[in-house]
Amino acid sequence: MLQGKPIAMRDALLRRIERQMAVDQTIFFVTADFGSPVLDDIRANYPNRFVNVGVAEQNLINVSAGLALEGYKVFAYAIAPFITMRCFEQIRVNLCLLSQVRPINVNLIGVGAGYSYVVSGPTHQCYEDISIMRTLPVIRILSPSDHLSSAAIFDTCDEPGVRYVRLDAQILPIISEIDSNDLNFGFRLLSKSNGNICFISTGYMTHTTKKIINHYTHLSGSITHIDLFDLTNFNRDSLLTLCGGSKLLVTFEEGFGGRGGIDSIFQKIVASDLPKTKFLSIAVSAKYSFEIGNRHELHNLVGIGLEASIEKIDPLLKSIDFL
Amino acid sequence: MLNRMINDFSALTEKANFIWRETLAIHRRSPETRIASSLSPIEIFVTLYYGEILNHFPKDPLSPLRDRFIISKGHGSICMYPILADLGYFDKDELLRVCHTGSFLGGIPDPIIPGYETVNGSLGHGLGVSTGVALALKSQGNIKDVFVLCGDGELHEGANWEAAMFASHHKLDNLNVIIDDNSIAMLGRTNDIVSHGQLHERFAAFGWEAELVDGHNISALYNVFNRMKLRRQNAPKVLIAKTVKGRGVPGLEDMPLSHIMAPKHETLDALLELKK
Repeated sequence: MLQGKPIAMRDALLRRIERQMAVDQTIFFVTADFGSPVLDDIRANYPNRFVNVGVAEQNLINVSAGLALEGYKVFAYAIAPFITMRCFEQIRVNLCLLSQVRPINVNLIGVGAGYSYVVSGPTHQCYEDISIMRTLPVIRILSPSDHLSSAAIFDTCDEPGVRYVRLDAQILPIISEIDSNDLNFGFRLLSKSNGNICFISTGYMTHTTKKIINHYTHLSGSITHIDLFDLTNFNRDSLLTLCGGSKLLVTFEEGFGGRGGIDSIFQKIVASDLPKTKFLSIAVSAKYSFEIGNRHELHNLVGIGLEASIEKIDPLLKSIDFL
Repeated sequence: MLNRMINDFSALTEKANFIWRETLAIHRRSPETRIASSLSPIEIFVTLYYGEILNHFPKDPLSPLRDRFIISKGHGSICMYPILADLGYFDKDELLRVCHTGSFLGGIPDPIIPGYETVNGSLGHGLGVSTGVALALKSQGNIKDVFVLCGDGELHEGANWEAAMFASHHKLDNLNVIIDDNSIAMLGRTNDIVSHGQLHERFAAFGWEAELVDGHNISALYNVFNRMKLRRQNAPKVLIAKTVKGRGVPGLEDMPLSHIMAPKHETLDALLELKK
């Protein structure tokens, strides 16, 4: 039973943070001049545990590290490409390296995953963040696909560690309820099948993948669909149990293909554990694009829209005698 | 009183000479260490630690009662090794193993060393992290001070100036920054590379209280550090300490390329023998 109407992922997560700030005096919120309606409440209600560093992402990370060294659980908030790329070395040195020696709790919240800033062009779109963050061995990467999973991620943020939460900037339909088991597994099983075909998607692409599955109505009993939101700590064994016997495994992401995104995670798994499984990556073609259009049009231009994806999947399905 | 202070300064000077010799000896044993930039801040460190400026606890380095001291110019602080060993942060025998397999004392100090707060070496990070620490202490009502040591070369990193704006805007008067202004970066004189102009004026323009001092004059350092600790007037404080890179080593002292120069073993041996 899905509750309520969809809201922005950022508002769902920030509301959890705002409520907890009332009872947990150790939470500090830092923004790089990036807002949200809920952020206004945080700023108004907890002015001593809120700071806006301005458009200064390097300082956002450095200030967050300093606050965390003094015991604060820090939430640092900015636009996704800027909080991951402008300040990458600050994340590496002052969060990741430091966290291996001194316990700190810093949670980076990046808004604007993939093409969610549709008309803002490539500076504000973000197709590299998963790959870039995955190069850092100690950071946990969380990529929810709706506001319920975004809100639930708050439950993973209490323990010391460094986390990157990538959120869509648009209000997206609710995918499904999420419970503590899902959080422990790091994924939601959206459709279970006889295990012949496994689709693994993250973020916005979970919505596209659902549409793709609807297109293949006659294969509904054969396609397992997994919404992967914990890209680093997911339960590998449980996931392998679900897709271990698959003839075809397809990953879907709104990031450049073959450059360290979730396709790289599963290429490795297929190579080591699933030698008989064919693999396909639905990911952004490796080129920047300045075209203007809606998200669906932009996705088809770079090979990850509904029609573009089907065009790539069809030959694979034929090769395993499913078309 | 005057006699006592003169005696104290004399003792601090003797301690600085001891640390200078020990630093040269470390470099003689471990030439991978950066020696020139580690000789300019010796009096600064000695005054802070032995002059009882810093509240610190060698047997409990992360005591909540300590003043926080973040050493941003990591490479140029090898002279901290003999200070920390002498004060009891770790065994003096560790000084014999600097840069050796299994030692925690590397070419660039990291927080695995008791007495170091943060990851150093990559330049331009310490000031920003310190502003976060200072903001946290203020927010918690903690009266302890935050000290930071930066080099003048690393001030070319823009993140420092993001932090400088932030610190003055938030009136972080518990923040005390010391610039070890030896005026030489890696490939030459800092002001020939990209000029800082008058550094104290630049910080003042950013809303900081700025002072200049001879960074090798222990009594001057002692007085200004005490003044900085006492003064909390809604502005962060910076001390531009004019120092000499490679101080006391012929052929290295104040040489534009001193950062990447290594003195000859015979030179070091002669200096160590001379100063016994």
